[in-house]
Amino acid sequence: MMATLELELPRTSEPRRPSVWMARLGDVAYPAAALVLMLAAWEWGVALLGIGAYLLPPPSLVVRAIADMASDGSLWANTQVTLIETLGGFAIALVAGIVVGALIAQSRLLERTVYGYIVAIQTLPKIALAPLFVAWFGFGLTSKVGVAALIAFFPILVNVIIGLKSCDVGKIDLMRTLSASGWQIFRWVRLPSALPYIMAGVDVAIVFALTGAIVGEFVGATAGLGYQMVLSNSQMEVPKVYGVLMVLGLLGVLLHGAVELVRRRLLSWVPTDHHASPSSSH
Amino acid sequence: MTSPAPIISVDRLTKTYQSVAAERVTALADISLSIATGEFVTVVGPSGCGKTTLLRILAGLVGQYQGRAAIRGTPLKGPSRSVGVAFQDANLLPWRSIIDNVLLPAQVLHLDIKASTRRAHELLELVGLKGFERKLPHELSGGMRQRVSIARALLHDPEILLMDEPFGALDAITRDNMNFELRRIWMQSGKTIFLITHSIPEAVFLSSRVFVMSSRPGRIVRELAVDLPEERPLTIMGSARFGEYVVELRQALDHSDAVTPAMPLLKAA
Repeated sequence: MMATLELELPRTSEPRRPSVWMARLGDVAYPAAALVLMLAAWEWGVALLGIGAYLLPPPSLVVRAIADMASDGSLWANTQVTLIETLGGFAIALVAGIVVGALIAQSRLLERTVYGYIVAIQTLPKIALAPLFVAWFGFGLTSKVGVAALIAFFPILVNVIIGLKSCDVGKIDLMRTLSASGWQIFRWVRLPSALPYIMAGVDVAIVFALTGAIVGEFVGATAGLGYQMVLSNSQMEVPKVYGVLMVLGLLGVLLHGAVELVRRRLLSWVPTDHHASPSSSH
Repeated sequence: MTSPAPIISVDRLTKTYQSVAAERVTALADISLSIATGEFVTVVGPSGCGKTTLLRILAGLVGQYQGRAAIRGTPLKGPSRSVGVAFQDANLLPWRSIIDNVLLPAQVLHLDIKASTRRAHELLELVGLKGFERKLPHELSGGMRQRVSIARALLHDPEILLMDEPFGALDAITRDNMNFELRRIWMQSGKTIFLITHSIPEAVFLSSRVFVMSSRPGRIVRELAVDLPEERPLTIMGSARFGEYVVELRQALDHSDAVTPAMPLLKAA
């Protein structure tokens, strides 16, 4: 997915002064040039090979479809619905993941009892439950928020548990010598220590939530970008399908970017040369 | 050292652990010592002799022992307010600035923040880190971080400073300098310091009294008063007196090794 394409290359040496701006420019210019080239190839290639617009519409048609949807207001309305479902599900997953994860990490008994199941559930394609959620909660927002929350919950949960358990014993000993309460230790040591892990989980979870909301809309909905896609597809308005797809891609990038901003803010203390590399698997 | 009431008194202290093989391992056997206010006492011994267990008992981190361990006559029941601890690892919180790390005890113990902040600045000056208040731990060297942890241990003004090989991870040159600094901090603050090390010269340089521990079970095999001048430049390590103390402690350690196999291991059913 586009959302995970960002790479952070370690800076080995200070770049030479005159080439700094050139390098920066290159970082933007080369990918932009590649994009333009690809769009051009797509535009002319489709015409040259005579591929019908119902299979692969040229970019010009896709852009026009996006403009049409934007002008009749449906694009923004549907985006809003999908965004609310995604963020609602994500928020539930975040709170539930931290609370449940903290409980499991604190209690050995609870961990021994449920951790195996959590790992097992991790491997299940939870998205397959979307039809059930629609059956249970109907065609409205609730079912999509539910699907989004369900699949976003697990990456957060697992990372919260791993993060809280990875906390350095020495720091906890230090707190104990001060007779710190369990809550003080959690708030001032355990939770901040777990933050790099939690943020890695959050990064995965936000995109999962978007996926959950869209699949929920595929199954049954009355609004949203996923609903729009299914509708346009059935009406053979293929350029619109591609248009929505592009908007979804953009949405994913923006959500990931927002998480990245928060991460940089919260984790500015992490030395850049040894980033914590917590599990970011689903 | 029995004349004034001791600040730390340990009497016939024994600590056994249940090992995985359901066998009892005696970490500490029959330890007795008393430390007077303002003393700098060092325990020196090989790895695994139980010296860290002794410190952790005094820090209130380890319980369920036989015998008595008391601070100012009060038997230890968990961590004591009169104690500050510095570990081998500085254990600074990497997301907090240096000043906020030093202020951690004030937050945990609900001390007055204004007064504590003033004190934190004084302590950072005492450990030679004035001007580093706003830095993050990873921006400091290992020795500097260790000094921050000493400042933090002193923030709530405990009478006793417990130190578990605080400079063990530092290079030899930095370590010597840190020991020199620590002597100065001790003299300026008037605290009672109980320090654990496996370096004999370090023990001699720092202390007014040294206890030698042997391993398995951890026992005190020798007690030695170090009668060197209060002001100790690093060059004192080259003096004949210093050398004699080192040899004496070395012999006590070697002797204890020779004796240990003959001692019956405490094995309980």
